[in-house]
Amino acid sequence: MAKKTVEQQVKIPFDIMRRSKIWFAISLLIIIPGIFSMFTNGFNFGIDFTGGTIIDMRFEKEVTLPEIRDSLRKYNLDNATIQLSGDVTNVEASKDVMIRTIDLEENDRKAVMATLKEDVGDYTVLREEKVGATIGGELIMDAVMATLISWVLIIMYVSYRFEWRFGVSAVLALVHDILIVLSIFSFTQKQVDSSFVAAILTIVGYSINDTIVIFDRIRENLKLHFRRGGDLYELANRSIYQTLTRSLYTVFTCLFTTFALYWFGGDTTKDFAFALLCGFFSGCYSSIFIASPLWVTMRNIAESKKSGNSNKPATTEA
Amino acid sequence: MRKDSLLKLLAAIVIIVGVFFTFVGPLAKSIRQGLDLQGGTHVVLEAEDTPEAPVNGDAMDRVVRIMEKRVNELGLAEPIVQRQGERRIIIELPGIKDPDKAIQVIGKTAMLEFKNDKGETVLTGTDLKDAREQTDQQGQNLVELEFSPEGGEKFADLTTKNVGRNIAILLDGEVLTNPRVNEPIMGGKAVITGNKTLEEAHNLAILLRSGSLPVKVNIIETRTVGPSLGQDSKDKSVYAFAIGLGAVVLFMILFYRLPGLIADIALMAYVIILLFSLKMLDATLTLPGVAGIILSIGMAVDANVLIFEHFKEEFRTGKTMRLAMDAGFERAFTTIFDSNITTIIASAVLFCFGTGSIKGFAITLGLGVVLSMFTAITLTQFMCKNLIAAQLFKNPAIYGYGISNVGKEKEEVTKLG
Repeated sequence: MAKKTVEQQVKIPFDIMRRSKIWFAISLLIIIPGIFSMFTNGFNFGIDFTGGTIIDMRFEKEVTLPEIRDSLRKYNLDNATIQLSGDVTNVEASKDVMIRTIDLEENDRKAVMATLKEDVGDYTVLREEKVGATIGGELIMDAVMATLISWVLIIMYVSYRFEWRFGVSAVLALVHDILIVLSIFSFTQKQVDSSFVAAILTIVGYSINDTIVIFDRIRENLKLHFRRGGDLYELANRSIYQTLTRSLYTVFTCLFTTFALYWFGGDTTKDFAFALLCGFFSGCYSSIFIASPLWVTMRNIAESKKSGNSNKPATTEA
Repeated sequence: MRKDSLLKLLAAIVIIVGVFFTFVGPLAKSIRQGLDLQGGTHVVLEAEDTPEAPVNGDAMDRVVRIMEKRVNELGLAEPIVQRQGERRIIIELPGIKDPDKAIQVIGKTAMLEFKNDKGETVLTGTDLKDAREQTDQQGQNLVELEFSPEGGEKFADLTTKNVGRNIAILLDGEVLTNPRVNEPIMGGKAVITGNKTLEEAHNLAILLRSGSLPVKVNIIETRTVGPSLGQDSKDKSVYAFAIGLGAVVLFMILFYRLPGLIADIALMAYVIILLFSLKMLDATLTLPGVAGIILSIGMAVDANVLIFEHFKEEFRTGKTMRLAMDAGFERAFTTIFDSNITTIIASAVLFCFGTGSIKGFAITLGLGVVLSMFTAITLTQFMCKNLIAAQLFKNPAIYGYGISNVGKEKEEVTKLG
């Protein structure tokens, strides 16, 4: 029986590594307009970030937007965001109404709600939230801190277990994923609240997990099958195809559950699930098309420097 | 040997499936639910420095105790009063009927003062021993005050010195009553008149009993979820959970056949162990937490996928099924370990920096990763080994081999051990 090695078995139907410029360009096509949009349109921050009051109420009979607005005008709150829910647009009248205003004091809120009852009709309160403006700033700081710290720790761990270039590539892929999700949320103006922060960190966890599985295979192939001065493109391509089934299956199962959450879960977790959907797509894409080419590029630069300086063939330390 | 393995395999499957369907419902229900699921009010208080009363640890502890008293007087099942950080307090009031009243009671500073006619404060709320509402013979609603021995002396002194003059009783700087002292009052008791209803007198009595706050405290956040919305979120989460789990189970069977089925059974064990751990940790299940659980199901199969892919690869090199499975587990382990540690790092950071419901999410995510790793390494391995040792099926397709793989070689398919 001829002992077949794993390396011989995977055909490479399509060279991913040598087309890295295309993949980077595709990502930049989303990220650059995204960054532009972040500066011009910004984000639709929820009251977790901006501070404010949200009242979600269900009236006994259907009410219209002008009715609510007229009632709020008495408190100079007619510029408040009023949403008749059910559907997003063109609902003339609805029982469910969401009102979002500036941060109201307890007594003011009570007065507003009493006036609504008088003017518009009786209702039950579904949800009521008041967040002071100070908390929002802290939330952003905490989120940024948490993200940066997790990056540093991940680079440290991956550098320890692999080599630093893997760590840096993995984290750059993470930055890519976060930028993609932020871009999409800026384009669509979907609401960014505290659960968005949780979504971003889950994406960080997922994306790094996905990347490490491929890097783990590259590391293994480096050790077992790589000869000095060998073709890194070929090596990375092979590693990606060897792990491709797993990459796809795992993103499928994650997308199944996230889709279930998106379609069947409550309204409050919809935007959260949406952020995760974008993030999982991006995370799966970036592991293959961003992280691995980045690693090859960095490694090649190092090898050519080495061989350029000492005229020796490139060596590898796995 | 074969019979043994088959028996072990069947026993494991029967036990896990049985436990899953018997306990998943009751277990999920027995975990404490967050306010966003069961309805209730969440309040965050923040203490503020004032020149007279700077915020310190001792003052905060006293505020917590006072808040506990006030909240307990509301008569709720499981209220929570918790200090968070240096100057914040979180109050959770599950299932509350009248959130407005609760917020009012919580937000009061309740600084009681007795002043003489020169405007000097002689007694404060700390001199008070008890306060009870009452309706007297004339139908007047009033609050009867009972002073501490020391407070009684001070009060006697105050009334003795001020016979024929007015003293003032103030709450939060507002004059409640301004009675004229007719004679010295020695018994250590007094009444506050002028309450419109008995309920008003009752609320005032609660505030006075629970004492005044040592520092200035502001309400910076309140969130109320009505019971109907909570129930709605719960129903939808259960639905999403069932659909997500079902889709993953089907997917695994479709793509991995028998090992896929084993992964599904390990997944059931995972769900039960996760719920049980949450229960043991006395965790509170919030909506993002449930989302985390649903999500973790998708991620939990990853370890199984890795193992099976490695198995297929090893089998393709011409190893017997048993050796291929052993090698598959061994090689998959490093991958699973390295890839999961990074996720654990991310959720640990989230736990340290997150607040409230985000913390809950971090716990479920981190716990999910650890437990899915555990079930894959132990249960999946145990069942897979016994499945192969039982030699029930000889066709590799039953083991998912030959499905959806690039570059497989048919001639090796017959090699079995």
